[in-house]
Amino acid sequence: MSPRLVPAGSDPAGRRDRPLTITVDGDPYTGVAGQTLAGVLLAAGRTSWRQAPSGAPRGVFCGIGVCFDCLVTVNDERDVRACRRRARDGDAVTTQSRATGERDGQRP
Amino acid sequence: MTGEPVTGRRHVVVVGAGPAGLAAADAALAAGAQVTLIDTAERPGGQYHRMLPEAYGATDPGVLQHGYRSFDRRVRRVLGHPRCSWWAESSVWALERRDAPDTADVAHVPGSAGDGPPLVHVLSGTPRRRHVLEPDALVLAAGAHDRVLPFPGWDLPGVYTAGAAQALAKGERVAVGDRVAVAGTGPFLLPVATSLLEAGSRVLEVLEAGRPGALAGGWLRRPWELGSQLGKSGELLSYAAELGRHRVPYRLGRAVVEARGDGRVEEIVTARVRADWSVVPGSERVVAVDAVCVGHGFTPRLELPVAAGCALRPLSAESPAGSPSEVFVEVDGDQRTSRPGVYAAGEITGIAGAPASRAEGAVAGWIAAGGAPESRALATLRANRDRGRAFAARLAAAHPIGRNWPGWLRPDTVICRCEETTYAAVCRSAVDPTRTEPGVAKLATRAGLGPCQARICGPTVAELRRGGDTGAGPHHRPVAEPIRLGELARPPEPPPGSSEPSAHPDSPVEESTS
Repeated sequence: MSPRLVPAGSDPAGRRDRPLTITVDGDPYTGVAGQTLAGVLLAAGRTSWRQAPSGAPRGVFCGIGVCFDCLVTVNDERDVRACRRRARDGDAVTTQSRATGERDGQRP
Repeated sequence: MTGEPVTGRRHVVVVGAGPAGLAAADAALAAGAQVTLIDTAERPGGQYHRMLPEAYGATDPGVLQHGYRSFDRRVRRVLGHPRCSWWAESSVWALERRDAPDTADVAHVPGSAGDGPPLVHVLSGTPRRRHVLEPDALVLAAGAHDRVLPFPGWDLPGVYTAGAAQALAKGERVAVGDRVAVAGTGPFLLPVATSLLEAGSRVLEVLEAGRPGALAGGWLRRPWELGSQLGKSGELLSYAAELGRHRVPYRLGRAVVEARGDGRVEEIVTARVRADWSVVPGSERVVAVDAVCVGHGFTPRLELPVAAGCALRPLSAESPAGSPSEVFVEVDGDQRTSRPGVYAAGEITGIAGAPASRAEGAVAGWIAAGGAPESRALATLRANRDRGRAFAARLAAAHPIGRNWPGWLRPDTVICRCEETTYAAVCRSAVDPTRTEPGVAKLATRAGLGPCQARICGPTVAELRRGGDTGAGPHHRPVAEPIRLGELARPPEPPPGSSEPSAHPDSPVEESTS
């Protein structure tokens, strides 16, 4: 099983979710306004979206902007920490890789 | 001129809006200063009081928070104050010492006497804009992040820091998994497990590597000291009760020593560990999980104090169990650092929890704003702070990191997650006479050169190279936050809407002790 969002209906914090949609490498993902990009991806059951130099998968590790494992490109802006950037409706996210042989391997 | 408030008042810049920074801003406002409060998050609170996003429209956010009401009062008082500028989603990317001989700008910084706090370089907004603040006093309250010791498979997706699991549950209402184990050492594992339970995860077990003896010695010796920290120990007891209610086993002397899975964690190997954290052979157990949350204490975020030139102190002064790489900002009784005009509060001065952080912040903010040092309220705050620190020292002593934890590692275990430097490579560099100098070793192994700039692996590499690189080494990051060349090339902009001075009468400093 996977990570997921606490359903708004059973959340004691009393949420009023407003849905939004982003794309990741062209695929649509539905999230909730206020979520980070990492939150949207995790809640959709996706645990990895970046590749380390060896090609090993990376997703969220520290969750607070320290480890830089979760970097993505957002609307052509490179090296954005997915755990820190709030998702905005229509955001076009592309994944990044530092794997050898890929042109996209530059460091921030 | 950049960043100068349009008033004759003292301008205090506070970096970090967690318990310490918020208290500092509150006290500095009470002492009559103009305050700029800067934090990377959208909302104040730091990791301890992590708030739900505004857009969630939560009607009852307080149910997820300890001490929410007094926190909420303070947030409203500070952010609503006419002399406070609140800079959300803003990062300090550099501190520029005005006394530094290599600072070309010194000549045209108005009034730079070389004895004031550094210039504060900030990135703020989306897209990010560059600003430069020139404060009369600077309070650093940057907090700490989880320390996680490496183990085979810790770089698999599904392995989270304990703090990540809590931030996602409390701050976004995302549960990281259905079958979750929480492991490591320290009292923070308890609230993390509680947050996961609250978010609907099944917490299979909480593994505390510490042994019963050390815990009993640290927690139960001199119980009257606990009494003075009733709020904090009561909070811990409530977490423990919650685990009991959900029948979550809390196992002492057991650790996660491996994570396995194809592309993400599917199972973990746990093992009994001795007091030095060496694995007891034959005690291994395999547990199927879809997430594991790990924390072995905290690493203070020291890049800004180091950039400001603040003296550091080793943890071992108060706890001989501390590792040589654990250092904190040295402060005096008024939270002054060794640098003029620079104050420090909260976890960067020692991991002492929210009550001590609040007290430190209030002392720092009051003094930084030029408040009277002999104020009676201050004496109470100092006493609260000292009790908080004593409590923290006991907790630290109860949860030392066992020195034989590297026994978990294999030659191919990744130590630096960014560059995938292996344990074998770090060990080779430690004994190679041409690579013993830390800078050379870094270039040779690439450990610490990746995007996180050694934030995660720095203290671990320093420890594995024992004696090679300790002190400020792992925390030396002159560029504290990645900045794009385009952002750097544009001239700094004046701060957004500095507020007018107000006729608020100065009120005595307040501090809630909840």
